[in-house]
Amino acid sequence: MSDTNSLLVDATTRIFQDLCDPQTINATKDDGWKVELWTALEEAGLSLAWVPEESGGSGASLADGFDVLAVSGRFAVPVPLAETLVAGWLLASAGLKCPVGAMTVAPSRLRDRINIGDDGKLSGRALGIAFASSVETLVVLAKRNGENHVVLVATKDCTILGAPGLAGDGRDAVTFDGVVPIGIGPLAQGLSSNSLALMGAAARAVQIGGGLQAILTLATDYAQERVAFGKPISKFQAVQHNLAKLAGETAAAVAAASSAADTIQTMDTFNDSVFFETAAAKIRAGEAAGQGAAIAHQVYGAIGFTEEHILHRFTQRLWGWRDDFGNESEWAVQLGEFVAKGGADDLWPLLASR
Amino acid sequence: MSQAIHFDPIRLPPEAEELRIEVRTFLAEEIANGGFDPQLTIMKSGFDRAFSKRVGAKGWIGMTWPKKYGGQERSFLERYVVTEEFRVHNAPITAHFTADRQSGPVLLKYAPEHIKLDVVPAITRGECCFCIGMSEPNSGSDLFAASTRATSTEGGYLINGTKLWTSNAHNSDYMIGLFRTSVPTKDNRRHGLTQFLVALKQPGITINPVRNMAGKHEFNEVVFDDLFIPEDHVLGEVDGAWKQATSELAYERSGPERFLETYYVLTELVRVLGQNPDARAAEGIGRLVAQVHTLRRMSVSVNGMLQAGKEPVLEGSIVKDVGTIWEQALPAKARDLAAFVDAEPGNRAAFDELLQFATTIAPKLTIQGGTTEVLRGIIARGLGLR
Repeated sequence: MSDTNSLLVDATTRIFQDLCDPQTINATKDDGWKVELWTALEEAGLSLAWVPEESGGSGASLADGFDVLAVSGRFAVPVPLAETLVAGWLLASAGLKCPVGAMTVAPSRLRDRINIGDDGKLSGRALGIAFASSVETLVVLAKRNGENHVVLVATKDCTILGAPGLAGDGRDAVTFDGVVPIGIGPLAQGLSSNSLALMGAAARAVQIGGGLQAILTLATDYAQERVAFGKPISKFQAVQHNLAKLAGETAAAVAAASSAADTIQTMDTFNDSVFFETAAAKIRAGEAAGQGAAIAHQVYGAIGFTEEHILHRFTQRLWGWRDDFGNESEWAVQLGEFVAKGGADDLWPLLASR
Repeated sequence: MSQAIHFDPIRLPPEAEELRIEVRTFLAEEIANGGFDPQLTIMKSGFDRAFSKRVGAKGWIGMTWPKKYGGQERSFLERYVVTEEFRVHNAPITAHFTADRQSGPVLLKYAPEHIKLDVVPAITRGECCFCIGMSEPNSGSDLFAASTRATSTEGGYLINGTKLWTSNAHNSDYMIGLFRTSVPTKDNRRHGLTQFLVALKQPGITINPVRNMAGKHEFNEVVFDDLFIPEDHVLGEVDGAWKQATSELAYERSGPERFLETYYVLTELVRVLGQNPDARAAEGIGRLVAQVHTLRRMSVSVNGMLQAGKEPVLEGSIVKDVGTIWEQALPAKARDLAAFVDAEPGNRAAFDELLQFATTIAPKLTIQGGTTEVLRGIIARGLGLR
């Protein structure tokens, strides 16, 4: 980690500590804190970290952006920071100007397709779009005559069917039929139709790693405070072993995600290495999210199952993040087909190449 | 927990990748000219002194050790590449691997100079096989219950007692043994054990085979009857062996051998499922590949952090815990995924043979070198729970 990088992580951490404390947010009834948090993130240049300075962003490196996302995971971020980062990255890659404010991206599911007709209007539908109801702009990866384009769309022009998603952040169905884009540009060379899914998947894997680190710390601390049968429950071997397993799942998610992020930031194009590493990271981080959340809840017992307790802020997002930009099963089928095509004897060289 | 779990995304350096090509060429030639048979190495025995000598001649045993003692002073990441390529190609490394991983580093750290100069270069030449004398009939996971005695006598010690589950003792030249030199103290039950270098081919030692359930002779019972060990064969502090175990553990726990022992099952699974697997099979392969890739990235990361002078002790233990659980579960998952594959055509029969073998040896994977239960206790301590 470079010095500038750790400064950025420190700054991000401070903003989240001050304005996104899970305990405070959980007890608050209104949404006023969201505006304050978002303003602070914007003013610090974090929301457009992946947009070059000349296009209105802060021009941070991909590595810096992923580190910011890891911090956001540790605070179970309830605002579209990852979505805006990825949207900005996609816009910048097509040379489009970035609007102000929060954004989200579409499609998220691997099988959703959006097309641009000869009349320049969009068609198609995308499900599970995070925060679509609460942002003004959507950045869409769409096809015109087989060519990939990045399209800027106003959410008010789309038909949005709101759904809360697991954590209440919104995982909305967006219908694009007849929508006229605000801006359009060809996708950069080196990127292809699955590049948005890969970038989103890497972002979510990194956030999952952060979220798991947070619940590992929470559950470890709680086990040492909570007394039952006359001693802290951390003294029971069954509890210790559960927490050791949670540490293992956390480690796997963090390692896989940072490896994928590292691959994306060191490759010139979204090549097979980016696909392999990112698919693997989303699969493994997703598996870890499920197993890790279950253990954290088991350690907390009934109190962790209440609305009042903050644990659900993390676990519900961990569950939700598994489904964004391809779930474990979807990526595993793609990765398995990729490996099968290469054949048994090419598997080890593939693994060893990373 | 004060320290976050951390895995630097370390890549193997160019010199390690150049070495990989050299190692693969060597292994391909060995297989082609009958130097070793991978299938036999898996199912029969990995002990082959002649092969170990050829590896030693390449400079690939003790390759991180000082040149003064026959080493090459290469990095741990270069050693990593050699280790993983040998594992994946099922090369017969039993005659040198224990010394390469554990015994050599212990000698370099604790043996007197004349013994280092005598024994360590022989290890690097592949001429010197080591076993580990820790477990006893009443001391397995509970290492500090060891009761084989080393009684002080003129010029050295007399050893009496029995070691058990000693892998490869019948083939070894030396053991690094853990013996009781004093009774434990009231406030420290770990006190009183001492490490010794034991030359095995001498009177006073009886080695009896203990066959395992896969039909192999790996385990042994090693009985000591008034065996004399000279003073200069004490390794480190008398009564203080418990202080010596910790520093090398991150290396010992985090290597590729901690998740690749049944890797051949995955290779043959991909072969048996063919180039166009259905969605169920593809998903299964995809998940297994994602899991093993993640383990390897964790393992490389720990070794890279060690090379950089960091001390990822918690991360190292986690690699072994998650890794051994994975390599143990792999045969069962492969069995499920191959359930609908016909015997003909294809490699179903060959796959089944390896699968049955892997199923049979799977139970040992979470026992050898420290059980899952012990390991999770260590991780819990790392988390601050103990």
